Amino acid sequence: MSAPLIEMRGITKSFGAVKANEAVDLSVAPGEILGLLGENGAGKTTLMNVLFGAYAPDAGEILVEGRPVAIHNSADALAAGIGMVHQHFHLAPRLTVLENLLIGIPGKSGRVDRARGLARLDEISRQYGLSLDPNLPVSALSVGEQQRLEIIKALFRGARLLILDEPTAVLAPSEVDGLFAALRSMAAQGLGIIFISHKLNEVRALTHRCVVLRHGKVAGRVEHPASTTSAEMAKLMCGHEIVPPVKQSSTPGASVLTLDRISTSAHAGTPLRDVSLFVRAGEILGIAGVSGNGQRALADVISGMLPPKAGAMTIAGKAVAQFSPRELQTLGLGRIPEDRMTTGLVTNLPLADSMVLPRIGTEAFSRKGLLNPAAIRAFAEQQIKAYDIRCPGPMVRAGALSGGNLQKALLARELAFDPKVLIVSQPTRGLDIGAARFIHEKFLAMRAKGCGIIIIGEDLEELLMLSDRIAVMYEGRIAGTLPSADATVARLGLMMTGAEGHA
Amino acid sequence: MSAVFEQIFQVGFLAAIIRIATPLAFATLGEMFSERAGVLNLGIEGIMLLSAMAGFTAASLSGSLWLGVLVAVLVGALMGALHALFTVALGLSQHVCGIGVTLFCSGLAYFLYRLIFGQQSVPPSIGGFKPVPIPLLSDVPILGPAVFNQFTLVYLAIIAIPLAAFVLYRTPWGLSVRMVGENPRAADSAGVSVIATRFQAVILGGALMGLAGAFLTMAQFNAFTFGVVSGRGWVAIALVVFGRWDPWRSAGAALLFAFVDALQLRMQASGLGHIPYEAFLMLPFIFTIVAMAFMSRNAVAPSALLKPFRREER
Repeated sequence: MSAPLIEMRGITKSFGAVKANEAVDLSVAPGEILGLLGENGAGKTTLMNVLFGAYAPDAGEILVEGRPVAIHNSADALAAGIGMVHQHFHLAPRLTVLENLLIGIPGKSGRVDRARGLARLDEISRQYGLSLDPNLPVSALSVGEQQRLEIIKALFRGARLLILDEPTAVLAPSEVDGLFAALRSMAAQGLGIIFISHKLNEVRALTHRCVVLRHGKVAGRVEHPASTTSAEMAKLMCGHEIVPPVKQSSTPGASVLTLDRISTSAHAGTPLRDVSLFVRAGEILGIAGVSGNGQRALADVISGMLPPKAGAMTIAGKAVAQFSPRELQTLGLGRIPEDRMTTGLVTNLPLADSMVLPRIGTEAFSRKGLLNPAAIRAFAEQQIKAYDIRCPGPMVRAGALSGGNLQKALLARELAFDPKVLIVSQPTRGLDIGAARFIHEKFLAMRAKGCGIIIIGEDLEELLMLSDRIAVMYEGRIAGTLPSADATVARLGLMMTGAEGHA
Repeated sequence: MSAVFEQIFQVGFLAAIIRIATPLAFATLGEMFSERAGVLNLGIEGIMLLSAMAGFTAASLSGSLWLGVLVAVLVGALMGALHALFTVALGLSQHVCGIGVTLFCSGLAYFLYRLIFGQQSVPPSIGGFKPVPIPLLSDVPILGPAVFNQFTLVYLAIIAIPLAAFVLYRTPWGLSVRMVGENPRAADSAGVSVIATRFQAVILGGALMGLAGAFLTMAQFNAFTFGVVSGRGWVAIALVVFGRWDPWRSAGAALLFAFVDALQLRMQASGLGHIPYEAFLMLPFIFTIVAMAFMSRNAVAPSALLKPFRREER
């Protein structure tokens, strides 16, 4: 291989007492796709932010083509040929594609140089097969297209090394293939790529070499990811073996939740049309589908946030009358919402308050209209212990917890009251393997206890592993339901595009 | 009744609209630049007052009106920098700091005015700007005397509108301003300094507010009184929303407000004297509220308005 495009030597960065990176070495050659693996909090993002100039390292040096460079800010990084596609896109939604590209580019005789921008965009689109309409506002682009724009933006500025921070987390399976094709074409033309992920199958499929971080240090290097098993890499990431959860066979009981021909009016997103489904006690029903096909409306109806226009719903044999969250909760419904931060808990209040929020008016936590702080605190402390929620204590601001710990807290809150039915959206999105495994085990334990669980998710492998049956949503309808024994990723993928229907 | 209307809609009426609109146009454009960069400047009312006073004083003491204008602009820019120091560099609450700047500037203006001019029974005045007719154009019927026989500052306002649109939409700096107002992180990762761009936009905004103040004491009233701004700054903030943060629309909003204001002035002076004049005074403000309620329902503010930017925070 030729001389490295970028080399990081002995990078150390601390935040207070926490060493986010410790003596990390890493290099990328031209034409190489390097995987950067690690659990959440392993220091991947910190390392890349050091490379991109957002953080100054405490020690260590960065070399570009063998020459040491000082990178103090993103402008320096761009000048050194380093481009970054952040997990949360750095785009202005109301400006056009072209305007987002031209930001920070010097103009011609005092004016924004649109003509040169268009020519350069055209060149990039031909060279790498990445095209976009320059005059569309960014808000009109899909998530995949916005990501493409971020990649184009980096190339536009002459990036020779591209860093992608968990780029597939926001994409549908079909979009992932497109992204990988574009990345391979860029590497083939001599660009270096750093691909950050904790999805092992993606890293194995795409990268040439792999660096695994754990607790801020390099835990291992994988020279041939394609021929290394996921289990080996997972062990490097976590430091111990990861055993897939065992799903006991079980005989489902009576239906605990039934939806009968439910339709909704046009809500935020796709409305439901004539949706009928059921989940039985001791059964997990997976809901698959490309996001935006009515999953949000389904979750909202079941949790009582959106009263349906037509149709009926029963929980444990009792008809739902009002579709209020309170009523459904009384009937025995537990819910874990898709967005932990906005509809899950109150980020600015103590964790303990969020953990009792749905039941704050019940006798357990209040008397005669006054809160019982001691009971709330005791409950929270007990759950923190039971679920191994890593936090300084029950009174810490909920927003300060990591995603995995927040999800554990939400799970603890719902499971503490033995729900008959649990509705869960994207249960492990953004969580690392260890935390995801913990959540999976809890679901299977609840299933064994006779709880009916609905999991709405985009991760098909996860759904296949956990579910007894899988229903596929397409354009607000149930396109079909399969026993998971008959389901494969390929078949579900086909149904998700509306190509195949099954009763 | 028709006699009343005749009296209202004279040639002078159009000229009055233009005159009333001029300080509003400067102030509105100033506030717009600041808000497009993500900084609400509630200091506008005070900045206009202090600039009006400083400009008047400089003109009165030196005898040079243009020196007065220059001083007003510099004072406006300086107070813009003060607001930017609090809200951009230190990331403090834009509401609180803006009101603080207004209170500070107003207090300072009154204090310095008393200190310099003392208490006089008749407020000192200056010979203000005189209308400068533009050859040929001023001879055009109706439009000529109304638009092309005005103060130089009026012409400046007319030029400022397309210029502001050009700067905002066609120059790299204008693109940076819009970007830091929409998504500062995007600008930052593109190598644009968010702090510097916001400082520049707020300072430019302050300078324009200074021009608005200068117009009031050196062209419109030729004297400084404590009520010389009388809410024009607050109106400009509403007009920016009404104009959807766009230079052309904002200037149009200023013109519309000026029309209603000119109308109520004429109505006061006309045969409708049996109605208390305060009722007419309310008209432009009622108009603003109604227009805001109807027209700005779909208005979308710059996404990063009111949000301070700190790089290492996520």
